Amino acid sequence: MIEAELSRSVRRWCPGATGVAGVARLSGGASQETWRFDIVHPDGPIGAILRRSPKGYGAAPTRAAGLTAEAQLMQLAYEAGVPSPRVMHVLVPADDLGTGFVMQRVEGETIARKILRDDEFAAARPQLARQIGGVLAKLHRLPGDKLPELRSRSATQEISEFDRDYRSLDWPKPVFELALRWLRDHDPGPSAEMTLVHGDFRNGNLIIGADGVRAVLDWELAHLGDPMEDLGWVCVNSWRFGEIDKPVGGFGSREELFAGYEAAGRKVDPSRVKFWEVMGTLRWGIMCGGMMQRFREGPDHSMERAMIGRRASETEIDLLRLLAPRGS
Amino acid sequence: MQDEPTPIELTKSVADFLRNDIAPLISGHEAFKLRVAINILELVTRQLTREEGSDAAEVERLRGLLGVDGSVADLNRALAERIAKGEVDLATPGLAEHLWQTTMDKLAVDQPNYASYKRELGRDR
Repeated sequence: MIEAELSRSVRRWCPGATGVAGVARLSGGASQETWRFDIVHPDGPIGAILRRSPKGYGAAPTRAAGLTAEAQLMQLAYEAGVPSPRVMHVLVPADDLGTGFVMQRVEGETIARKILRDDEFAAARPQLARQIGGVLAKLHRLPGDKLPELRSRSATQEISEFDRDYRSLDWPKPVFELALRWLRDHDPGPSAEMTLVHGDFRNGNLIIGADGVRAVLDWELAHLGDPMEDLGWVCVNSWRFGEIDKPVGGFGSREELFAGYEAAGRKVDPSRVKFWEVMGTLRWGIMCGGMMQRFREGPDHSMERAMIGRRASETEIDLLRLLAPRGS
Repeated sequence: MQDEPTPIELTKSVADFLRNDIAPLISGHEAFKLRVAINILELVTRQLTREEGSDAAEVERLRGLLGVDGSVADLNRALAERIAKGEVDLATPGLAEHLWQTTMDKLAVDQPNYASYKRELGRDR
């Protein structure tokens, strides 16, 4: 049982800890798990989160940075003042828990629909688009020489990769073809600067409290690339959860996002942001197709996965709204 | 010809049973899964209701655009290939209208509550 291993582990690296309590699995697939628990301590319980790949699931998928890199990035972000949980411990073989890390548990909400609708967040909501701009500016300024080894991707490489992913699905979609053509025709070329890119910065991967952004989560798709990619992805309509007139996660306008980014001393290139928004919309659409394929070929024959395949059409209408808008 | 009730009526009866008689009895993760199951049955019902008409109209538009005949799947594949080759694009008369109509027909089945769809539906009226 994971409780026994966790208890042994915390006693080794957390001075004074006597064990763990309230261990519960939160989410994740077979290869990556998230657990919440409290470290039992004479000064009172310490809220913690374990992110791990169980033994036998060491190999990361090609796009993922890996949990060790994720831990390093979160720690760097924490030290640079990006809202981020403090990393408490990186798993070692003696922990007998697989690979991964333990971090401080940050209280708050990640469920996008609640953040967009509950009264608790009413005061925070109008501030979030601008605040997110500031957070991204800090994140893009993390020192390159301290970053773990990460894959590096240009726009051109990303287009080819999505093209290949899409064709491997054998799922002919005229709207996706149109988007791929548009992306090739509008490829902005190499970015003048390559920075850390979070890769999945969006409503749903942020812990939000009444005071705003408390933590940036899910760094597994971090890579080096065009910083405008993160600004485009956060605007993808799929992450607005119905608030379609507020492009930044359903919270606010692009202008507010850009103002927050520039107030923190970095420059925005709006045409690159638009390029990455189109790319991001297509990316989610192709991912929906991937879910359908995994549903068909197993082992995950769940209804949820099947239904995500039927969400590709959402990205088709959003691509048409971006590329072939009808008169208003 | 098969007997009645129709597949639409049969599927709807299962969805109604699950929603009215089973949903109140369960909670937690199973309740979530049940909601997904009901959503699937409702999607299937929408598709059975609309597919014949929308596919026929789609084939009609695709024939006009491509100048060839075939099944709706074949013609979609052919259109995808022509766009990929750059032989057809948004400047091609009828392409944008075709893609919009086809996509609206899909959303009507897949996600009629999707906000972008509802906005665009408002334009059509």
